[in-house]
Amino acid sequence: MEMLSGAEMVIRSLEDEGIEHIFGYPGGSVLDIYDALFESSQIEHFLVRHEQAAVHAADGYARSTGKVGTVLVTSGPGATNCITGIATAYMDSIPLVVLSGQVPTSMIGNDAFQETDMMGVSRPIVKHSFLCKTASEIPEAIKKAFYIASTGRPGPVVIDLPKDTQNPLAKFPYKYPENVSMRSYNPVKSGHKGQVRKAVKAIATAKQPVLYVGGGAVIANAEAQVLKFAEQLNLPVTNTLMGLGIFPGTHPQNIGMLGMHGTFEANKTMHNSDLIICLGARFDDRVTNAIDKFCPDAKIIHVDIDPTSISKTVHADIPIVGSIEVVVEQMLEIVQELDVTANEEERAAWWKQIDSWRTKKCLSYETGTSIKPQAAIEALYKHTDGKAIIASDVGQHQMFGALYYPYDKPRQWINSGGLGTMGFGFPAAMGAKIANPEKVVCCISGDGSIQMNIQELSTCLQYGIAVKIITLNNGALGMVKQWQKMFYDGRHSHSYMESMPDFVKLAEAYHHVGIQVSKPEELDKAFAECFSEENKNRVVFMDIIIDPEEHVYPMQIKYGAMDDMYLSKTEKTTS
Amino acid sequence: MRRIISVLTENESGALSRIVGLFSQRGYNIESLTVSTTDDETLSRLTLVTNGDRAVVEQIMKQLNKLIDVLKVSDLTEGPHIERELLLIKVKASGFVRAEVKRTSDIFRGQIVDITDSLYTVQLAGDSDKLDAFIQTLASSTEIVEVVRSGVCGIARGERCLKA
Repeated sequence: MEMLSGAEMVIRSLEDEGIEHIFGYPGGSVLDIYDALFESSQIEHFLVRHEQAAVHAADGYARSTGKVGTVLVTSGPGATNCITGIATAYMDSIPLVVLSGQVPTSMIGNDAFQETDMMGVSRPIVKHSFLCKTASEIPEAIKKAFYIASTGRPGPVVIDLPKDTQNPLAKFPYKYPENVSMRSYNPVKSGHKGQVRKAVKAIATAKQPVLYVGGGAVIANAEAQVLKFAEQLNLPVTNTLMGLGIFPGTHPQNIGMLGMHGTFEANKTMHNSDLIICLGARFDDRVTNAIDKFCPDAKIIHVDIDPTSISKTVHADIPIVGSIEVVVEQMLEIVQELDVTANEEERAAWWKQIDSWRTKKCLSYETGTSIKPQAAIEALYKHTDGKAIIASDVGQHQMFGALYYPYDKPRQWINSGGLGTMGFGFPAAMGAKIANPEKVVCCISGDGSIQMNIQELSTCLQYGIAVKIITLNNGALGMVKQWQKMFYDGRHSHSYMESMPDFVKLAEAYHHVGIQVSKPEELDKAFAECFSEENKNRVVFMDIIIDPEEHVYPMQIKYGAMDDMYLSKTEKTTS
Repeated sequence: MRRIISVLTENESGALSRIVGLFSQRGYNIESLTVSTTDDETLSRLTLVTNGDRAVVEQIMKQLNKLIDVLKVSDLTEGPHIERELLLIKVKASGFVRAEVKRTSDIFRGQIVDITDSLYTVQLAGDSDKLDAFIQTLASSTEIVEVVRSGVCGIARGERCLKA
């Protein structure tokens, strides 16, 4: 049998797992692993400028492909810098394996240099974690980590590797396990047949059903099944922020995103429905608004791979545990077997009602002498033919990016939906670009968010990662400012950035292209330059100076029902 | 609603911290917790006593089941079960009280397991209510010096069992 050191086992295991890209940052406790990595021809390593960005980049890589993202960092600060990234992935169920160095086993607990209890610190935000105390444990831990990260409800897995287990001089027999079997972990795929049948019968008799599809459907790659199901039964479809793209944004049955900043028609449809078919979403507080007023007449079918998501906030009348693509397939079979079709008359009446809500044109906005953020996103849509992968940061620009760029494909829209991590977008875009070099990848950001991981301009330079950064610059922390304006009497406590850098010069300092634009009539030209053939392989930083007073609407009214919304600065729904 | 939950988990380092962490992280109560290996050394069995309404208990069960190390979870209070807790109690036992403590211990079927000139240490097993009653009775006749309770461990009656 082949004899390898622990450090070599780490790299060989990753190779045998089929890993081609990893994101990381070396340090004392992982130098042996980095030394073994030096020899690898299969694995390309990307040196970030801050460990948080390594995790976000691996996350963007995972979200854009469905593959597991891999991270390698050192102990102590290297590990703790990963925490925000791991928490981000955990909240959105993204498969990651984070390998962190650790002080030698003999020093654990001694407050050694660069020691942190990574197992303890990361425990609440990982799907699982491993501490390898001997080199021989490494291959199995890595095999299990990738299996656990990518199956069931995916999530991040941490492997903590003490320095002595990596010792290059101590060689042990190496064999990468072919299979994993764990008696305590056996995720289900297909739904309970009786429940599926019950669900289809409920759908058959519903007069005002709605399909509410979330990130779980994206993870399950259930695009084809969801489309077929929605079309066959002529169902209105609303997507969550995490589910955008799983059902085509330009499809006539798509009624837009729902929730806090959802469309008028989506929230109205939900509130007035008599049956909600929830596929891989979790009735998050940013969707439901006040729980006691949530969709009073609706029965709920809830399909999710994670039983803890079902009946957590809203009681499910028909719970189904299973993977979305399998369960929807099962439902389609029963639909055929029972010959279920939408009652044409009833469905037409329901669509007529929905269309009347659509006439509200809740996403319309006024134009003026300054660039409206909505117009900037629409221009981005136009100049990318609606085909770019968009990684977003967090704030107003994120909502504009979600509402004004209709995503037709899953994994096209990448954002930190659960944790709401500012600084996520840019490194996530890098990861997505590395995974999809042939595609146009943009980061939609704001002047606040982009400065939270702006150091990665250097990483992009080193590896030629040609992402386009579209910054909507309003000179303030826009979403904070919006809330302060609406709910704090306009007391703008620390929401301004009074020392904005010259982003063009900053981009140029890293040898990238910087473009600033502030006039609506120059927007098209600026985007044309951004996406020109000449700049195809370059990072372009677009600094778009937008109307600083613009708010995101619609917006749900706090403590209200789903359909209680502000529609503009002067209009709100009455109920 | 008081619930006794049994958990069967891999006997691995970190498994217990994940379970305890889950309770603090999600704001669930732990009234008592006992843990030890089973006849199979690769497995640990925990008995947790918690409080919560139906929905909370359902979430607790699901969240426990979701932990990768956990094999089985069962709510013992759903059916007939046996619940036992061990009490060791050290009380003042001098003069007239000495005989009274002995009598009370006998009535409760406790055993005096250590003595000094002025103290008795009594051991008593039973369900939590019985232990409460014993402590209360002793408190009314003598001074309690020290109390240690093991926390509840439990098992289902009849055919029902929790196995890997």
